[in-house]
Amino acid sequence: MSTMYTNILEYLFESAEKFPDKCAYFDEKVSYTYSRMLSEVKSIATLLIEDLGLVQKPVIVFMDKCPMALASFWGIVASRNFYVPIDLEMPDIRLNLIKDNLDPAAIITDRDHYERALRFSDKVYIFDDMIKTASDDTLIRNRMRSAIDTDPIYVLYTSGSTGVPKGVVVCHRSLIDYTEQFSTEIGITSEDVIANQAPFYFDASLVDIYCTLRNGATMGMVPIEYFSVPLRLLEFLQKHEITTIRWVPSAMKMVSAFKGFKSIRPDKLRKVIFGAEAMPTKVYNYWKANYPDAVFIQNYGPTEITGVCTYHIINEDYDDDETIPIGRSFKNTEVFLLDEDDKLITDPDITGEICVKGSCLSLGYYNFPEKTHEVFTQNPLNKLYNELIYRTGDLARYNADGDLVFICRKDFQIKHMGHRIELGEIETAVMAIPDMKNACCLFDDKGQKIVLFYESDRCDDISIGEALSERLQRYMIPNVYRKMDHIPLNRNGKVDRVKLKEFI
Amino acid sequence: MNKDRIIEILMEVHPEVDYETENGLIDKRIFDSFDVVTVVGELMDEFDIEITAEHMIPENFNSAEAIAELVEQLEDE
Repeated sequence: MSTMYTNILEYLFESAEKFPDKCAYFDEKVSYTYSRMLSEVKSIATLLIEDLGLVQKPVIVFMDKCPMALASFWGIVASRNFYVPIDLEMPDIRLNLIKDNLDPAAIITDRDHYERALRFSDKVYIFDDMIKTASDDTLIRNRMRSAIDTDPIYVLYTSGSTGVPKGVVVCHRSLIDYTEQFSTEIGITSEDVIANQAPFYFDASLVDIYCTLRNGATMGMVPIEYFSVPLRLLEFLQKHEITTIRWVPSAMKMVSAFKGFKSIRPDKLRKVIFGAEAMPTKVYNYWKANYPDAVFIQNYGPTEITGVCTYHIINEDYDDDETIPIGRSFKNTEVFLLDEDDKLITDPDITGEICVKGSCLSLGYYNFPEKTHEVFTQNPLNKLYNELIYRTGDLARYNADGDLVFICRKDFQIKHMGHRIELGEIETAVMAIPDMKNACCLFDDKGQKIVLFYESDRCDDISIGEALSERLQRYMIPNVYRKMDHIPLNRNGKVDRVKLKEFI
Repeated sequence: MNKDRIIEILMEVHPEVDYETENGLIDKRIFDSFDVVTVVGELMDEFDIEITAEHMIPENFNSAEAIAELVEQLEDE
């Protein structure tokens, strides 16, 4: 019952008491029991309370995916501050935009990344030094006693259409609600061993991290390079007796594209959960054929509503050209469709915008009130009391069974490799390259590729590729470059995207 | 020449790489899993071969040269 909990760390205290010596989180190098995790969290919290002396402030965690990153997250939360995971591959230019928006109180990193971290804050802690701090239980207890469940836990940055990333702020109450509903409705238990695919700066990792923590399960972090080598990936699942995965469809495609189960079919796998981008039904059918007895679940939900808000347990058969529904809302969350006049849609096959309300709603975008008010609005169906909804910008319809089916975006946001990208952010980065005259990005739905059209005398594909790798994260870099003599414009002088689409 | 055509396919994915000298396409993570799936799909269509999980090891994909050798071997089968 979510009302029992007011602080996400209560999960950690409970699991450390019930399963002190059980492996909680591991990667290929190190394995953390619940008691070791708690002990390091306490050391980090003690140091932050004594040395930093701030509350409700952002602290960046600048580390690869590893158990130490999780200990850092929760040490920060125990000090009543909130964590901001940052991708180590993020170029300095983008990281500076985030730093300016966030004004971090400190950075936690490892020795390898200390020098670089100093460029973004004067206050940089090294993890290995932090955990030497003798923990002070009374200090931590008093600090946590002052915390409330609407305090932020984390900020996750996502692509922004104007070129500046947006930081979604999530509080304890939302994350507890998500973890409770997901664990009970999907059924995660202490017996589960979850193979984590998503990086921690991406909210697809929340289920892995927090359903593990709540239920005293075990989470293994799959090294990112294994997703390019299907046999290594499958060996990992087999060796660690993985029962559950919650991956983006692109990662699952890696296995189906090479017919990987012909070589290794991990035999403990029984729950296959996916979301964050459209699942190619062909890929699903390959997995289902190899695991006829496993449970397959599709999720849907944007970062702004904390993880996901709908799920569909797949009990029907789908042809390769059919779309799998995104299903229905979790308990304690309401998901509904509004038409262009803000009227409620209840009939099947009418397209509307997906809107969400409930405790899952995040606190909006950090230090960006204008953007927050644009999409977190009063429920237009309620004139009587304050009731916020989040307008996702995603269009969907109900099918005959009453399940939601995703259709497309209202705007220029795309999903690539499970990551959410505003094409406008790529275009802004391209236009910042000297001698660039005009540029437009489109998404080729069929090939799942980002296509860049550009107009320039001096730039070529190679110089643009190099310039973009200094400004954008790699999943945002275009997959196809098309140099044009003239980018077609419409009558208003804007890029004619419809015409341009014919060139894909 | 297979290798020239292979380099053309690789150039479409990452134009900035010098494929004559680069020998860490997988090990250095120049190609991520999306790039790998894209390239392998193109190779299978272009050369009418089947590339399976057994072939998808870094040694076979770290350089254009290695990919050309793999393609040649699979064409013979």
